[in-house]
Parts: sequence; structure tokens; C-alpha cells
Amino acid sequence: MSDVFASPKDVSRGLEGQSYLSNESIASVVYLAAKLGKPVLVEGPAGTGKTELAKAVASMAGARLIRLQCYEGLDESKALYEWNYKKQLLRIQAQNIAEAEGAEVTWKDIEDDIFSEEFLLERPLLQAIRSEDQVVLLIDEVDRVEIETEALLLEILSEYQVSIPELGTVTASQVPMVFLTSNNMRELSEALKRRCLFLYVDYPELEREKEIIKAKVEGVTDELADQVGRIVRTLRELDLKKHPSVSETLDWARALVLTGIATIDPETAKATLNLLLKYKSDIEKASKELTLSA
Amino acid sequence: MLDLLAGFVSQLRRSGIDISLTESLDAARAIEHMDLGDRESFKYALAATLVKDHSHSGAFDTVFDIYFASSAYDPAGDIAGELSELDADQGTQAGSASLGQDSGMNAGQGGNGQSLSPEELIEMIYKALLMDDQEWQRQLTRLAVTAFAGIEKGRPVGGVYYVFRTLRNLNLEALTERLVDARINSKKGEVSGLQAKLISDDVKAKIDAFKKEIESEVRRRLVADRGPEAMAKTLRKPLPEDIDFMHANREELASLKRAIQPLSRKLAVKLARKRRHKKRGPLDFRKTVRHSLSYGGVPAELKFKSPRASKPEIVVLADISGSVASFARFTLQMVHTLGTQFSKVRSFVFVDGVDEVTSLIDGSDDIGEAIYRVNTEADVVWVDGHSDYGHVFETFWEKWGKEITPKTSVIVLGDARNNYHASGAWALGEISRKARHLYWLDPETRSYWDTGDSIIGEYAVHCAGVFECRNLRQLEKFVEQLA
Repeated sequence: MSDVFASPKDVSRGLEGQSYLSNESIASVVYLAAKLGKPVLVEGPAGTGKTELAKAVASMAGARLIRLQCYEGLDESKALYEWNYKKQLLRIQAQNIAEAEGAEVTWKDIEDDIFSEEFLLERPLLQAIRSEDQVVLLIDEVDRVEIETEALLLEILSEYQVSIPELGTVTASQVPMVFLTSNNMRELSEALKRRCLFLYVDYPELEREKEIIKAKVEGVTDELADQVGRIVRTLRELDLKKHPSVSETLDWARALVLTGIATIDPETAKATLNLLLKYKSDIEKASKELTLSA
Repeated sequence: MLDLLAGFVSQLRRSGIDISLTESLDAARAIEHMDLGDRESFKYALAATLVKDHSHSGAFDTVFDIYFASSAYDPAGDIAGELSELDADQGTQAGSASLGQDSGMNAGQGGNGQSLSPEELIEMIYKALLMDDQEWQRQLTRLAVTAFAGIEKGRPVGGVYYVFRTLRNLNLEALTERLVDARINSKKGEVSGLQAKLISDDVKAKIDAFKKEIESEVRRRLVADRGPEAMAKTLRKPLPEDIDFMHANREELASLKRAIQPLSRKLAVKLARKRRHKKRGPLDFRKTVRHSLSYGGVPAELKFKSPRASKPEIVVLADISGSVASFARFTLQMVHTLGTQFSKVRSFVFVDGVDEVTSLIDGSDDIGEAIYRVNTEADVVWVDGHSDYGHVFETFWEKWGKEITPKTSVIVLGDARNNYHASGAWALGEISRKARHLYWLDPETRSYWDTGDSIIGEYAVHCAGVFECRNLRQLEKFVEQLA
């Protein structure tokens, strides 16, 4: 694993191999995360490839990606582990039958038995810890869980271990790379932030966005990519409710290529603006600013 | 290195960023892995370990530039040397591009840079920007700062002053226009509005980059003159939540504007959660008895009524006269973004007359435009357009007084500078008697209260609370306890 993460440059090259175009700050932080064995908290506007980054790192390191999607109401039994109580009940019933046939079993035997590996249901976090091979753990949209549930993550993020009362402490055999993403819906707790490296992924600069468009959209010309990039940059400068994300930019570029448009003139821009902007007031404002209506 | 890092961390803490001990240890471990020769990656390593909030990155960048200047500026180094270097460079420029007609003139003068007139310098900057030559621009920045900033050693003025002086002399607005024109003219044929807009945005981005370059150049020189400790103190930028509403400059206002949206959103989420998780309500007797049946009549399990969410009704009365306009703007914006957390929000604005603007703000889904309409359409000037709180309170009481109920919380925003008019405090007293609470938010520092024509003390006796509200942090705290 270490060869892929030998230097920030190698990381950047590796990510490019997965057709994820990083910049220096992304590459440096991923490199550091691998070196220090720390989780990375990735923040930034929606649609800038935060989740994509974790996927790219996983496939670049040849590791398995384990994903935990967060939502309000997520709890231990969905994130960490759960006892398969149905199976436990069956086991006890089987015991009763055996006893009726004359077998001698103590309560202790049953207890040891039903709280064993066989009856444990692994959830993503435990899975990541117990995995024998390399894994990348992605905890997506961590800002959606309640602040109390966040505490559940702390032990895993700092010690890479999980305590199960009946089994004892499970410690990771290898340190997994952990990515947490957040859309900044609420303030994350200090304790969580302290344990992570912080990476802010902003909208890409003009040059990088152009490269992304060229890498991701088939059949796009240099000129079109340049024009798309420039228009999107101008739109992001405006005071809009929602700025066009990278994925929306790519959708737009794809649509333009499919309809066989080589250069964007005001009419095409006006007709296709709804691919980039999702609010009526935004579209009106943008056409006014870009002087499309004239 | 560790000493430098410790100094850096303590400087960051002083500018308001919380950094724990473990985080600074992480930073120390992180830089062991980085190539120290590479300034950028070194910076990313520090940023990733020390700064965990994106809105703090501006403050971080400033302190970083002060502590780890990209190339130590040597004040003893002679300007002539720089110039001859530049001339040589420009010589090659002239060779490669056919633009360098008048640069031959400079080459003839050799290293004697003092004779380079401001006009010629600006002309050179114009060309460098037009040709998009990074290296040349960097050298010209150094030259421009030398020529225009007029930095005096040991003079205790902030870096902002020098930056301002340089920029004023360069007259970047005119430069922008010229660049845009040149680019448009170089295009063949008709130029559509769209293309023109794209070109001018492109030029603006370049000019902004150039401005930043000048700022950091000035900073570099001042650091060389006074040392990092002293500089950090004068150049420190406040965090967005600490910016003073009343004294914010344009750049700070922009960062406030960016900060307030996510802040209000977070606050709304927090309040909604708080409401949901609120302590249980009073004992529900019926339910308890019914559930006791399954325990053989023993009320083993107590049942409680779910609490009734009491959402307050808000009336905001905001002074929008010049001095406190931006404060009113941000407060109105925050209260309206939190609209769902209150049962009703009504907004009134005043200068010396008062007018209701609720429909203006609610009717539009773009708060910036709404505020603009408030400023232009609301009928708030009665006589001369100077704040007259007394008249405003009397009018308000007469016209809308009967609509205030015991459920209403009234919030007055203003500095209570009444221009020596009659106070009209009796009307405020009436409002206060009828409303649930009456709060006053004053954007002025507490020590200025009741000085000059401020009569906040006279109003304060009628208020349930008077709060100093100079920045987002204080505003957020107030709104949170209101809901």
C-alpha cells in the first residue's frame, strides 16, 4: 500500500489513473492520512466529488470500499453491530428439544453459545475493523446524524477498535483509511474534528475544471470545454441560491456534445441553462447577468 | 522548527481559532512527512491538521504568510538590481512578442530604475497582464510596491494603508477597462453580450490575483521590517463571526454575507432538534391510568403529555439609516431565514418614518434583492431622513399597537442615536406593557452607549433586555435564546 502513497505526487498520479483529477491540497491530505493513519474529514459544497474521492482512493490502493451512509436516526445496531436475536431464539429452542431428549446443559453453556461470533451481525464499522484485507471506510454525510450518535464514531476513529460488552474489544488488524464527508448542515462536534485531518474541497479552478470536463465527457472539444468552464465560473461568482456543481457542469457538457453544439452562443446557453441551475429565480438572474435575453 | 511552529500556533489561537494540544502535535508529526522545500504542501499539511473550519481559512492564510514568507525579502537588496533583472527579462519579452515597442527605451537606461515614471510602470503592468506572463507580473508587483506604497521603516501603520496607497496609484479600475477593451477588440467580428461578460470576468479574476500579489508583497516587506510577532498583530484578519457590523469594509461585508446563510441554516437545524428533544410535558393522567391496567392497576409506567411547541411571534423593528444599515440587514436576514422556527415574523423598518416590509421580504425568495427593495420602496423618511426614534415609536404605537399581543416578542434594532429629538419613550413603554417581551439590540460597543445623542438608557428601562450585538457570534447567541 505504501508504494502508492510514497509522496503527494504519487498520490496525485494514482488518483489520475482512476480518472479523478485532484489538486495539490487533496493529494497532500490523502498522502498525510496514509502516513499518519488518521481519518480525513472532507467538507465542501455538494457535487464537488467528495464521495468520489474515497472511491478513487479505494480502487487506487486496491482496497475494498465499505460505505456507511448516515441519516437521522442512525444508531449502533445499524452502524456497528447487532445480535441476530432470531437465530439466538432458534438456538435456545433447539436446546429445549435437546434437553427434553435427556441432554444435560447449563445456563452458562447457552449464554456462551448465543453470544458468540456465529450470532453477531456485522455492520459497516465493525466490518471495516475486522476485515483482514485492506479497506477504505467511507462515512458519508456524517453531518446528518445526531450529535449524540457522533460519539459512537470516536472510539473507532482514534483507536481503530470497537468494544462489544459480550465479546470484549475488537482491534483492527490493519489500520483502514477513513473518509468522512460532510455538507456542513450543522456544526460537527469538536471531539470529532480534533481526531480528523480536515480537507475542504471547493469548486475546481478554471484549468482543473477544464481538465475534468475533458477527462469525463467523451468527444468534447478543447474550445467547448473552455467555454463551459468559463461560463460556469461566471455563474459561481453570482449570488445564486444554488451554484452549479461539477456534476451538473458535466451533465451540461454532455448534453451540448450530444446535441452536436461546437460553440455556445447566447441562444443555446439560454435554452440549456436549466441543466445547470435548478431554481427559477436563479435562471432569471443568470440570464440577465449573462445578457442572454438581449 | 518546533519553536517556529509553536509561535505560529499561538498566533493562530490569538486570532480566534481554537487549536487543541493534540492538533498541534499532529501538525508537528505531519510536517515530518512533508518535503519542507515545498512551501505549498507544507501549508496544506498545517492547514489540514490545525484548521477544521473552512471559514477560518482566510485567517490561517494571513498568519501563514506572515510566519512563512515565500521568499524572505531583503530590504538591503538594491532596487536597481531588481530593475536591471526586470529589464533583461523584458528584453526577452520584447524579443518574443512584438509588443515591446517602448520597452527599448528602458533597456537603454540600464539599471537606473528611479527614472521609470509611474505611467511607464502602469503601462508595463498592463502589458504583463494582457500577455498573462506570471513571472513578469511578480517582478512588476515588487516594483510597484517600491514605487507607490512609500513604506517608511518603523512607522506603525497597518499593512492595509500601504496596500491601499499602492492600489490607488495603480488605478486598477481603469486598467481593468483597458484590458477588457483590448481583449474584445482583438476578437474578430461581432462580440455577443455573453462573450463580453466572460471576458470581463476573466480580466477581473486576473486583476484580483494581481491585487493579492500586491498584498502579500506589502506583507513580506513589513514582516522583514518589524518581525512576524508584531506584524501578526496588525494584519490579523477577524474571523467572519467576529467582524464588527458597523465598521466592516466591503471585503468583510462580503465574507459576512457568505457566512450568514450557512450559519442561519445550522441554527435552524439546531433549534428544530432542540424543540423535538425538549423535556417531556406535564403528566398525562388518563394515559397513565390506562397503561396501569397492564401492571394490574399499579401506575408503574408514567405517561407524559408531549410538550406543546410554543413558537414565539416576532415583530422586528429595524433602524435602516446609514450608520446601522448593514446590521439591520443581517439581522432581518437571519430572522427571516429562521422563519419556520417562529409562528409569525413581521418586519418594520424606519429612519424617521416607519413602514411594514414583511410582504417585501416574504414575497421574494432572494433575500439580497428583498433588502434592496426595502431600501428603495419602503416609506421610511418622514421629514429629513435622520433617525428619529421618538416619532417612530409614537407612529408605530398608533398604527400597529393594537396588533401587538401577549404572544408577541418585539425586537428593536438600532443604536438609539436620536439626533436630539424627543425620545418618545412613553410609546415604547406602552408597547412593552402589551408585548410578551421587548428586546433591544444595539450594534454599538457598550462603552459608547449613552454618549453623545445616544439615549439607550432612557429606552432601556422599558426593555426586558438590551443586548450589545456587534457581530454574528452575538447575534447568533441572541436568536438562539429567543426561539
